[in-house]
Amino acid sequence: MGKRIVFGVAAVLLVVAAAYANFFVAPTERTMGLIQRIFYFHAATAWAGETTFFVCFVANLLYIWKRNPKYDWLGVTCAEVGLVCITVVLITGPIWAHPVWGIWWTWDARLTSTFVLWLLYISYLLLRSLIEEPDRRALLSALFGVFAFLDVPLVFFSIRWWRTQHPAPVIMGGSGSGLDPTMNKVFFFNVLVMHIFAAFLIVERYVVEKMKNDVELLQREAEAQ
Amino acid sequence: MGLLSSTGTLLGKELLTEFRSRELLTTTVVFILVVLILFSFAINPTSEESREFGPGLLWLAILFAASLMLQPCFLREQANDTLSSLRLAVSDPFAIFLAKLLANTLFLLLTEILMLPLFAAFYNVPVLPQFRYLLLVLFLGSLGVSIAGTALSAISAQARMRELLLPLLLLPLLTPVLVVSATVSVSLLDREPVVQWKGIGFLAIFDFIFLTALWLFGEYLLEE
Repeated sequence: MGKRIVFGVAAVLLVVAAAYANFFVAPTERTMGLIQRIFYFHAATAWAGETTFFVCFVANLLYIWKRNPKYDWLGVTCAEVGLVCITVVLITGPIWAHPVWGIWWTWDARLTSTFVLWLLYISYLLLRSLIEEPDRRALLSALFGVFAFLDVPLVFFSIRWWRTQHPAPVIMGGSGSGLDPTMNKVFFFNVLVMHIFAAFLIVERYVVEKMKNDVELLQREAEAQ
Repeated sequence: MGLLSSTGTLLGKELLTEFRSRELLTTTVVFILVVLILFSFAINPTSEESREFGPGLLWLAILFAASLMLQPCFLREQANDTLSSLRLAVSDPFAIFLAKLLANTLFLLLTEILMLPLFAAFYNVPVLPQFRYLLLVLFLGSLGVSIAGTALSAISAQARMRELLLPLLLLPLLTPVLVVSATVSVSLLDREPVVQWKGIGFLAIFDFIFLTALWLFGEYLLEE
């Protein structure tokens, strides 16, 4: 318990520090101005969300293989935390896009595949809520999770190649792309912070899921007596 | 029994069940027809717009129809309590999926071929000149829909609210099929038709990836 509190406080303080860096350390972007500062938070949360979904996919595979309920708890935990991250991304994106592009939304590859990713994990949670029996729920949702994750790159490339405003990749993009060194430092600090914050949420949610399972077990024991 | 012979036997069983009643085929044909007519009422397209949007609407109608048509796929086995005997009858549970998805592809393709002349007439789009390629796109697209749909109908059959759940699970997953099939069909039915081989290849890759996933994970879907 003590460790979790320390971790939580540290994660929140880091988010505050990241916000400070976004507003006061990073230089103001030349053409977009102040609104560009949302980028650090937006893209870093997207990266954290994608990492979380990847962990969910690994947990799903491990559950299918090992049948240890711990992997099921990790799977649902990561799906929920990932969904929170992606929801933040889908909200901060349009806030930036409206002043810069003049529109809230466009059906570009990255936006659309992020949105489909979001929908798929909503379906994943929905599926879980509609199966009562714990083992069956764990197995079937893990299988759906695997199918959903496999689908994401296909969605991305189908739209990238056949539907063509998201800015071209700035980080690790081609030549001519790249950030100002200070911006770069601030961005990667944000990426680190959002990963730590997501990890904090995962730990907390996992504990809740474990408790839920313990309560279910106790309930069943009580009913059996 | 090997995989191929069991698949053949099971496919025969699926086809026999369907052609005795023809329930699925009739309802799917009528459903696609209704949706196509409703689309036309909803947007009232000109001839140019029909060419541009018609194929997309056709694919959307196919996807909606498939999400309904694939419902009974495993539900029927469940209602008659035949799934466990099926599993005992074949050595490789993948044969059950293979037979079902081939049957579903066949049913979908059959309804599409029945619908095409009506689509061509209603939306004033000639389909005959590029029929070969169109058939290829219809086949690869329907195969993708059937592979993902058969797998997911095995999942949804074991949940509550299954009738609503299957479209919710299936339709987002089929985004790539819809995007690519619609685009390839639009360029095939254009005044100056182009065969987009890249898109056809993409559909084949989609089918391959999901077929492999089904082969790897299919047996877990049928666990009791």
